[in-house]
Amino acid sequence: MSDARDSRSDLAADRRALLRGAGGLLAVLLAPGVTLYALGGTEAAARAPGEAVSPKVRWGLLIDVNACPAECDACVAACRTENGWADTGHSATDPHWIRKVSVRDPASGAAREVPVMCQHCASAPCVDVCPTGASFRRADGIVLVDRHICIGCRYCIMACPYKARTLVHEPVHDQTADAPRGKGTVEGCTLCAPRIDAGRLPACVEACAAKGAAMLFGDLNDPNSAIAKAVAARAPARIRADLRLDPGVGYRGL
Amino acid sequence: MAKLAFQTLDDHSTPFWALIAFHVALVAAGLGAALYMEENGHIVTGMNNQVVWGLPHVFAVFLIVAASGALNVASVSSVFNRLAYKPYARLSGLLAIALLIGGLAVLVLDLGRPDRLLVAMTTYNFKSIFAWNIYLYSGFVVIVAAYLFSMMDRQAAKSAAFGKAMGWLAFGWRLALTTGTGSIFGFLIAREAYDAAILAPLFIAASFLYGLAFTVLVLLTMSRETRDELMPEEMLGKFRGLLAIFALAVLYFTAVQHVTKLYSAAHQGVELFLLRDGGVFPLVFWLGQIGIGTVLPLALLAFAPRGTKGRLAIELASALFLIGGLAQLYVIIIGGQAFPLALFPGMEVSSPALDGEVGRYVPALPELLLGASGVSMAMLIVALALRLMPFLPKAPAGEVSANAATAQGLGASDPMPSGRTL
Ligand code: SF4
Ligand code: SF4
Repeated sequence: MSDARDSRSDLAADRRALLRGAGGLLAVLLAPGVTLYALGGTEAAARAPGEAVSPKVRWGLLIDVNACPAECDACVAACRTENGWADTGHSATDPHWIRKVSVRDPASGAAREVPVMCQHCASAPCVDVCPTGASFRRADGIVLVDRHICIGCRYCIMACPYKARTLVHEPVHDQTADAPRGKGTVEGCTLCAPRIDAGRLPACVEACAAKGAAMLFGDLNDPNSAIAKAVAARAPARIRADLRLDPGVGYRGL
Repeated sequence: MAKLAFQTLDDHSTPFWALIAFHVALVAAGLGAALYMEENGHIVTGMNNQVVWGLPHVFAVFLIVAASGALNVASVSSVFNRLAYKPYARLSGLLAIALLIGGLAVLVLDLGRPDRLLVAMTTYNFKSIFAWNIYLYSGFVVIVAAYLFSMMDRQAAKSAAFGKAMGWLAFGWRLALTTGTGSIFGFLIAREAYDAAILAPLFIAASFLYGLAFTVLVLLTMSRETRDELMPEEMLGKFRGLLAIFALAVLYFTAVQHVTKLYSAAHQGVELFLLRDGGVFPLVFWLGQIGIGTVLPLALLAFAPRGTKGRLAIELASALFLIGGLAQLYVIIIGGQAFPLALFPGMEVSSPALDGEVGRYVPALPELLLGASGVSMAMLIVALALRLMPFLPKAPAGEVSANAATAQGLGASDPMPSGRTL
């Protein structure tokens, strides 16, 4: 999608900005992360080294629940492959960067399936409560966990109303270069930031396009983007809109 | 006013050594458990993605809350000028520091990445109440230490103004600390169990109770050890009265907390869960917190013989209050998480991430050992400090009573003011 390509955002640049503000000790602790992200970025066509993430952009998703078939699992499967997470054999501690929630109205019996991931809240409680600042919101609206500063206190999991984050409870192997994971740290949907920075679509959106085409991704701040037009035409529903967290993910047909 | 005398512990009885050995063993086991958790990840605990804070948090919050309360005796003596409490001011400050360190140790060792403690101490997000608490906690240790210095240093002790100022500072700080600890839960907007302004006063009342219960237990143990009447009859009566008042205050705030939420339609679900339908949580609440942790010790305080003969009953009651405190925090912390988050209020939901399901949590041994080791760590710090420096009063019963008689204690002259009405 062109929106993604336009954004010359770069996670490594973000990292460097963080580094400038932090002390020498922190720099040492962070250094491996810089390398990881920088490596991930070199393959990216749209990468502009050194250019900061643009605050003019707000990445968002619009999910049409009516177009999402009950038996389809394509978005979840794509996320697993892209980000290297899998079931652990212990359901209560399994990672879930994205999940499909079956929702049934007990009054009418109407049922639907809702893909739920981190909602990339503009007023993110996870970011507010994080003691170290490991939970942070990029200028373009993507909420991430810096795995190199996260101390695993789990306060963000407690604070997130969407059950969007999980703690890595066991040692992990076979990580992908773009999605570092680590035992004892917290993780969740990154909106595929490294892919977005490379001008590509998030993995779930790409996989969904071939199935129900229920997901629309783009820059909410760009009035010409498809998602901004759709949102302008009719305001989307939000999960727990009452909490007023201004999520970047909206829904149709909730 | 007679001059106060203090003593160091220099000789230990066999039972005392046994107690020390028990605490050393528990601390060792706790550290071993922490290493084991660090090595294998939190999978070896009962915690999961539904209940992310388990038994270690129950113990840690318990100890931190108790720490601020333990300072009360010192505050009462210097801030409110109750001379009767003066002999216990040093011990009270020491206990406050020790309990806080025990609680913080558990909190840190339960982190997913305890090795990153340095990151936690050098990287701050100033919006986070957690980060503020790091300052509140370290400030507390420094201020109480300075307060102890003002009492114990020969030169400094001459300046009444310095001691008084430190006393006030420590008192203000302890209120902030308890509020800060309680606020950790206040920021969890989506968790229905924590959506209550009453949690702040509840935590403060609870801190008074746990802190005093710890103080009484240590004093009675030390009385046995020093064969000195550290708590003469009069003080025993005062402490007895205070314990009862604090326990009733906690009971009152607990009742307000639950009753107000029961009457709000939005919170009825979580209340019925905690009080009636939630399996283990109503059990822990009614049997643990209310029965064993409140009613039984209150009855003990009310019906035990007056005077020094009631000593054993008061000791037992203090221990029961502490058990009740753990039960209370178990219900608040773990029960509050086990109740499912409502992403779609009013709907029936299910998902592979266990949406809509009650969080399952069975504490595992490593967690229990780690949590309990925090208490032992605090007790070892106290024992060591008592040996190194004169924290304990040396109190010929008559002298302290004479002191106490000239001062009006908080518990008034009636040793059991509230007990009589029970
Ligand atoms: S959905 Fe949860 S994890 Fe994601 S930004 Fe919002 S509060 Fe944070
Ligand atoms: S678990 Fe990590 S990301 Fe979450 S609040 Fe704690 S330090 Fe921040």
